[in-house]
Amino acid sequence: MSFTREASRAVRSTLVLWVLTAIIYPLAMIAFGQIVFPFQANGSIIKNAQGQDVGSALIGQPFTSDRYFNSRPSTTSYSTADPKKDDAGVLKTGVSGASNLAPSNPALLDRMKGKSDPDPTKAIEGDIPRLQKAGVKQPTADLVYTSGSSLDPHITPEGAAAQLDRVAKARGLQPNQLEPLISQNTDGRFLGIFGEPGVNVLKLNLALDALKPAS
Amino acid sequence: MFQGWIQIALTLLIVVAITPFLGGYMARVYLGERTLLDPVLNPVERILFKLSGVQTRENMTGWQYIKAVLYSNLVMALLLTFILFSQGWLPFNPTALSEPTWDTVLHTVISFITNTDQQHYSGETTYGYFAQFAGLGYMLFVSAATGLAVGIAFIRGLTGRPLGNFYVDLTQSITRILLPIGIIGTILFIAGGVPETLTGPAIVPTLENPAISQAIARGPVAHFEILKQIGENGGGFFAVNSAHPFENPSPFTNLIQTVGMVMIPSSFIYTYGVIANNRKQAWLVYGMVLTISIVFIIFNGISEYNGNPAVNALLGGQVPNLEGKEVRFGWAQSALFSVITTGTMTGAVNSFHDSFMPTGGFVMMSNMFLQIIWGGQGTGTAYLFAYLILAVFVTGLMVGRTPEFLGRKIEKREVVLAGFLILLVHPIAILIPGAIAMSLPSAPDGVTAQGFYNGITNPSFHGLTQVLYEYASAAANNGSGFGGLLTSQPAPSALWWNLSASFSLLAGRYVPIVALLLLADSMSRKQPVPMTSGTLRTDTGLFTGITAGVILIMGALTFFPVLALGPIAEAFQIAKGIG
Amino acid sequence: MQTPQDSDSLQSSRSGKRDSRRHTPKANMSGLYQRAIREAFIKLDPRTEVKNPVMFVVWVGTIVTFLVTLDPNLFGTVQADPGQQRLLNGLITFILFFTLVFANFAEAVAEGRGKAQADALRSTRSDTIAHKLLPDGSIQEVSSTELQRGDQVKVVAGDMIPADGEVIKGIASVDESAITGESAPVLKQPGTDIMSSVTGGTRILSDELILKVASDPGQGFIDRMIALVEGAERVKTPNEIALTVLLTVLTLVFLIVVATVSPLANYVQAPTTIAILISLLVALIPTTIGGLLSAIGIAGMDRVAQFNVIATSGRAVEACGDISTLVLDKTGTITLGNRLADEFIPVDGHTVEEVAQIALAASVFDETPEGKSIVILAERNSANINFNTDDASGVEFTARTRMSGTDLPNGKEVRKGAVDAVKGFVRSRGGTIPVQLDAAYERVSRLGGTPLAVCQDGEIYGVIYLKDIVKAGLRERFDQLRRMGVKTIMLTGDNRITASVIAEEAGVDDFIAEATPEDKIDVIRREQAEGKLVAMTGDGTNDAPALAQANVGVAMNSGTQAAKEAANMVDLDSDPTKLIDLVTIGKQLLITRGALTTFSIANDIAKYFAIIPTIFAAAGIGSLNIMGLKSPQSAIISALIYNALIIPALIPLALKGVQFRPLTADQLLRRNILIYGVGGVIAPFIAIKIIDVLLPFS
Repeated sequence: MSFTREASRAVRSTLVLWVLTAIIYPLAMIAFGQIVFPFQANGSIIKNAQGQDVGSALIGQPFTSDRYFNSRPSTTSYSTADPKKDDAGVLKTGVSGASNLAPSNPALLDRMKGKSDPDPTKAIEGDIPRLQKAGVKQPTADLVYTSGSSLDPHITPEGAAAQLDRVAKARGLQPNQLEPLISQNTDGRFLGIFGEPGVNVLKLNLALDALKPAS
Repeated sequence: MFQGWIQIALTLLIVVAITPFLGGYMARVYLGERTLLDPVLNPVERILFKLSGVQTRENMTGWQYIKAVLYSNLVMALLLTFILFSQGWLPFNPTALSEPTWDTVLHTVISFITNTDQQHYSGETTYGYFAQFAGLGYMLFVSAATGLAVGIAFIRGLTGRPLGNFYVDLTQSITRILLPIGIIGTILFIAGGVPETLTGPAIVPTLENPAISQAIARGPVAHFEILKQIGENGGGFFAVNSAHPFENPSPFTNLIQTVGMVMIPSSFIYTYGVIANNRKQAWLVYGMVLTISIVFIIFNGISEYNGNPAVNALLGGQVPNLEGKEVRFGWAQSALFSVITTGTMTGAVNSFHDSFMPTGGFVMMSNMFLQIIWGGQGTGTAYLFAYLILAVFVTGLMVGRTPEFLGRKIEKREVVLAGFLILLVHPIAILIPGAIAMSLPSAPDGVTAQGFYNGITNPSFHGLTQVLYEYASAAANNGSGFGGLLTSQPAPSALWWNLSASFSLLAGRYVPIVALLLLADSMSRKQPVPMTSGTLRTDTGLFTGITAGVILIMGALTFFPVLALGPIAEAFQIAKGIG
Repeated sequence: MQTPQDSDSLQSSRSGKRDSRRHTPKANMSGLYQRAIREAFIKLDPRTEVKNPVMFVVWVGTIVTFLVTLDPNLFGTVQADPGQQRLLNGLITFILFFTLVFANFAEAVAEGRGKAQADALRSTRSDTIAHKLLPDGSIQEVSSTELQRGDQVKVVAGDMIPADGEVIKGIASVDESAITGESAPVLKQPGTDIMSSVTGGTRILSDELILKVASDPGQGFIDRMIALVEGAERVKTPNEIALTVLLTVLTLVFLIVVATVSPLANYVQAPTTIAILISLLVALIPTTIGGLLSAIGIAGMDRVAQFNVIATSGRAVEACGDISTLVLDKTGTITLGNRLADEFIPVDGHTVEEVAQIALAASVFDETPEGKSIVILAERNSANINFNTDDASGVEFTARTRMSGTDLPNGKEVRKGAVDAVKGFVRSRGGTIPVQLDAAYERVSRLGGTPLAVCQDGEIYGVIYLKDIVKAGLRERFDQLRRMGVKTIMLTGDNRITASVIAEEAGVDDFIAEATPEDKIDVIRREQAEGKLVAMTGDGTNDAPALAQANVGVAMNSGTQAAKEAANMVDLDSDPTKLIDLVTIGKQLLITRGALTTFSIANDIAKYFAIIPTIFAAAGIGSLNIMGLKSPQSAIISALIYNALIIPALIPLALKGVQFRPLTADQLLRRNILIYGVGGVIAPFIAIKIIDVLLPFS
């Protein structure tokens, strides 16, 4: 077989398959998604009572204050930035990323237990002291280990329970008022078997804000 | 803990249950027998073949098949290069990303055409939507289909058939296997929450502090995601791959992803059984692979469940190692996924391998060194049988006959091909660049200039593992990574990694493909010798056990020093207490 | 009736004779080891070593370790005390050197044994003066080594026959005991298949012969065999080549592994020295099989030679192991060449005694084994010679009459012969054909025997049942072959009924009756078309095409030159059953290679566990030292000593071959993998630990 014939066949096959798999298939699937499942296809964006977008049901947000259930530590602070000084361009594209710290890396332990340094920029507060200060006596694993995506929407039910008293106190609520919120916003295992249950922090905190103070 | 093992066992059970159906279906497709989709696909394929000028009846010789693979892959790579370089002015680029550096494009192209999808970039910040779905998304199909074509040509040759026609196999792998499963999977994924949109990122004020905004990256993910899994590609739409809540939002999608990536390579063994008319042998080999995989999963699972002793000491109790893991997957689904993804050469990650306990690093690297614990799309089964041929050669002499496999004598040519392909490519593509990288300096602080730096971010033994893992992943065409390694632009070490990994990628893909096809060609031309009681039977438990021994001794012993100085040493270090 | 004991005794005497001559010509093995030790050092020449890639790596390693013994800091400064370092490097050099010597010794011993065998063969053909016949009829005296194919030579009584050749003129008796061990002289004359070929080195005892030389100098069978057993011109066999490729690949793999480990070790601050890396390399590369591979091949040829078989190539011997079909001639291979009288069957009112009496009378002058057996059987049936033999005259068998017999002094003619022929004779004497004759004829045929009718003048007395005697023990051997997956096909000129009876009795798998020489080729082609390898024996000129077609063709030394040329082996004893032994030798050769390869590779696990944890102890992996070896030095030296000593330890196995049992492939694999695979994993753990304990290191 001549080289030209082989080359022509390679080029024609490449283009024919490209049109099929890289143009027809994706566009058909996008059309399908937009028509049949528009909510999911556009990122499960949830709106508040005023109809403003507040986030995605699937993506976590940073929560560190006592008034909210805190989310997991994140290496990208949940793809957030101050719009006024977003030098890294986080808000241009959105980002994700993991710590990639080895279990044998001393930096992992420093991050958890904190590290004092004469140079304040090098000092680390430490997740465990921070959590303990925030009333979490016995931090759960999810609250000290960073997630893989840095966008993990969940904390474990135990992690939520550990924060219950603090949030209730900060908001002047009874803890038993919050308990149903936690279970309502817990995503269970698939078929009760696969995966681990997780409390969706954003949804929980939204529900928390919607709750009337118990006075 | 019990709950975790149940999930793992059930997932594997689903995989095994699918095998005869999917494997049988693929056999029918490749044998040209009638299938359910014929009424729809026959006319479609006729058009495709007419447009591409493929003579469907034409059988190729080994060299013709090889040339077709190389030419087509070269043209496809050039098309991708063009798309990536021109993304700045191509449509569907809502985040207005401009062309990446040349070395990033080079590495991306080679990585995707080789079905590796090793990513020295972050999806969100490097490639626009068009580059993703029309460029990289195209590779998800054709690189997987190339693997399947090579795999099936190998099986045909081994069983004494003509090798077939590459373009027919390539096309039918797409139209009859990847595309149908892809469409079903896309629907399930979208329903499960995976975005499928051309709209750019959503910017929202955060709830806690509205002064701070969150950028929610999205895109046409769902259709891409399913192909990433079933084609054993592994190149994620987003930087964090299947850990991203938009790529893999729930345990439901995670189950599809896990089963999806192992479904085709495992069923392909059964396809061999149908075509060779020896299902017993297929199940025996399947059992061997499954057993090794289960052992790896158990090791990995236990060590992740037990967690990091140093952290456990801080917390005052034993908790699983959740660093780099998502709550919804937990230790069990993460441990399972990591073993399956490194075993199948998918390379997708739902948790971060760099942060696994050393046992995890050990089993993941072993998976890639062996590259048959399911192995690559199509090529995994071919490797497996090449190992069988090698086992026949080493031990078959002990029955007092010239070793033969499926009645075909294993002679010098076969040993050259199987020996070099199985035993030599990996040391060359992993150990040599690995040793060079370990001798390179780390980029000094404040350096922004590109140069040959090693990019290691974790100390000592784990740093060594990072480097060797990267090359193992490239050479085995896996694509997962110890993510801490600084391989992406603009890190100073990115140039070295883009170039050296490209070498390992190419060596690990095309040298074996050429060798496999030549091996198949030479086997198919041999006069088969009839079975007698003096013939070594390869479809027995005994021989399968011996093959496992040969695989472990020949495949794994090559890498024993590396494993000893990397994960094993790290494990002892952690056991002793860090610092 | 002949009793079973008789047939047994007959055969045992025959097989006894075969055993007694098996090891002739005798090889002289004295001084073998002294010579081999000397050879082992001579073979250290790099030009020799480079032919074996595995051992060449050891050779280069030895040089490097020697250099770092002289100057430990040659390749960068070593932290440890240089004196101690020098001692360790020196020890490593010493052990590596002996690893090489041991491997060379193995080859030298095998070659030495081959040489002794070759010398014995060579002694049969010392340089003699040949009388070459020139075209003008004159005779020129030349050295036998100068004879070319096609030359004609004249030999007279007392001469050594100068070369392999064909008798073209004359008749003479020749003593072939030098090569066959058979002391009875053999008659040689032109034109006959069996008797016209002569072998160089045999001696003519009477009369004179004109010979046509059939081979060029140095190209005779014996010359080729000498070259093969000496290993001088040894061409590697296909399996050996494939194995060498594998060993080379493994060597390259470990070369890369060891070469790259140094930067890795440096990175984790567990640096090591070049001598230690070389030790690791030598321990890992398959030196055991690499060192013994050529010895195994040479020893295989040697074993064939000891069986008094001359093979023209190692490939042919190896192919013996792959044989899946044996095509065997019935006569001489499956049955004894001669049929023996088994029973007298009287017809039409005659008694057995009468038949015996007549048969005896007809066989008095018959000197053939058949005739003699009739006499014995008749005498056992109380027949006796009741006439004066001096007055009687024998009538010889001819192809035309197909009868023989005796003309008695009283004028009566007694005859025995083919039933048709005797019928004709009786009719010509005016006799009638008894009605029971055909029944008796058929009965004998159905039993697989040959019926001979006996008559006196016009009266047929009965039929002699000449029985084909299947050689003792053949059934068992065929059963063994079947288990090994080798099918046997018997070829015979007999009719179907006779053939099937013999086939049944001998236990062959298949037979071809009324076979012509063309059938022989056809059956071989048919089997080969199915992908089988076929072996056959033959001796006649018309066997030559079939011998050439067969994958293994064994010609009988008594056969024609054409047959010998076509075959790839010649059996000096002309014993066709030896084919079965050759199959065993071929298999043994392959098994030995496979077993030692498996053993060699399996050994690596223990060597890894001995060396890696101790040399990288700085990386904190000392706990992997599961053998509890005393120190890095002791671990390395122990592993290397084991590595070196295992070669001489396995020399006897390499030379003798792994014991072969006629089992199925699966059984063989199970057995051998247990011994050489699992054993190969375990043995070095134990051995290295013992050496470590014995070593005076701390």
